Amino acid sequence: MVALAIVRTHNLVAVVMLSGIYSLVSAALFVILDAVDVAFTEAAVGAGISTILMLGTLALVGTEEHVVVKHRVVPVLVVLVTGAVLVYGTVDMPPFGAPHNPVHEHVAPRYLAETPERIGIPNVVTAVLASYRGYDTMGEVTVVFTAGVGVLLLLGRRRRRRDDPK
Amino acid sequence: MKHHAIIRIAAKFLIPPILLFALYVQFHGDFGPGGGFQAGVLFAVGFILYALMSGLSDAQHALPMSAVRICLASGVLIYAGVGVVCMVLGGRFLEYDVLAKDGHSGQHLGILLVELGVGITVFGVMVAVFYAFAGRSREADR
Repeated sequence: MVALAIVRTHNLVAVVMLSGIYSLVSAALFVILDAVDVAFTEAAVGAGISTILMLGTLALVGTEEHVVVKHRVVPVLVVLVTGAVLVYGTVDMPPFGAPHNPVHEHVAPRYLAETPERIGIPNVVTAVLASYRGYDTMGEVTVVFTAGVGVLLLLGRRRRRRDDPK
Repeated sequence: MKHHAIIRIAAKFLIPPILLFALYVQFHGDFGPGGGFQAGVLFAVGFILYALMSGLSDAQHALPMSAVRICLASGVLIYAGVGVVCMVLGGRFLEYDVLAKDGHSGQHLGILLVELGVGITVFGVMVAVFYAFAGRSREADR
């Protein structure tokens, strides 16, 4: 519903607010799924920081969408076909939440069983994130760092004036 | 936003709890939900709120861009540095067991330091991106 509203709205400030609401709703969904850590991240990053950054962008580019009224058949077809293929792909998925799904029988039981005696901290998510999957997290931090450096390179410097000879 | 007394006072009340909560999330990540990513974002939100309230120049006076850049890089450095220290102490890269006398406290210390690195980098990136965007719009206004 929120996504539909985003597509239909042309005022970009409203769009940013709606996407913040969307993030908050998905955070609530993650809480229902017992994924508190993910919900926390979604609420802080999706609903908090990105909304602020998008508003900052809007201050640069203006708040009204440039409306183009065109009705194309091909994009709609492409979207429908892709969606149908994706839905068809989920048909083979194991039933949602069943205890014997492959995802629950791979390494997850080992992590759950080993964490108390090997790592000794109560939050298994943190143990997996920082210890078992330490390399992955380091890669993530490097990605965040690279993104920050990229933004600084693109936007961080003072813009040169056109009439300035230098 | 300098003249809106209500917003200013509300922000003044909100910023210290936000920063405190960010620290709690940072160092309590072993026991409850949370960790470096969320804590970095929260800490940055506290600063951004301050910047929105009292203007970009005040915020950059409190936390200059050079400091943000140092945060940006030092977080990754702390993370990788912990890995290297583990190697120096005779373990494998990022094998925290060797950091202390027994495995548990070593793991504890390693996770704490690594999460700290994550938090610092995320905080630096968020504030840097905000500064970049906000600085741009101020120049565009001129």
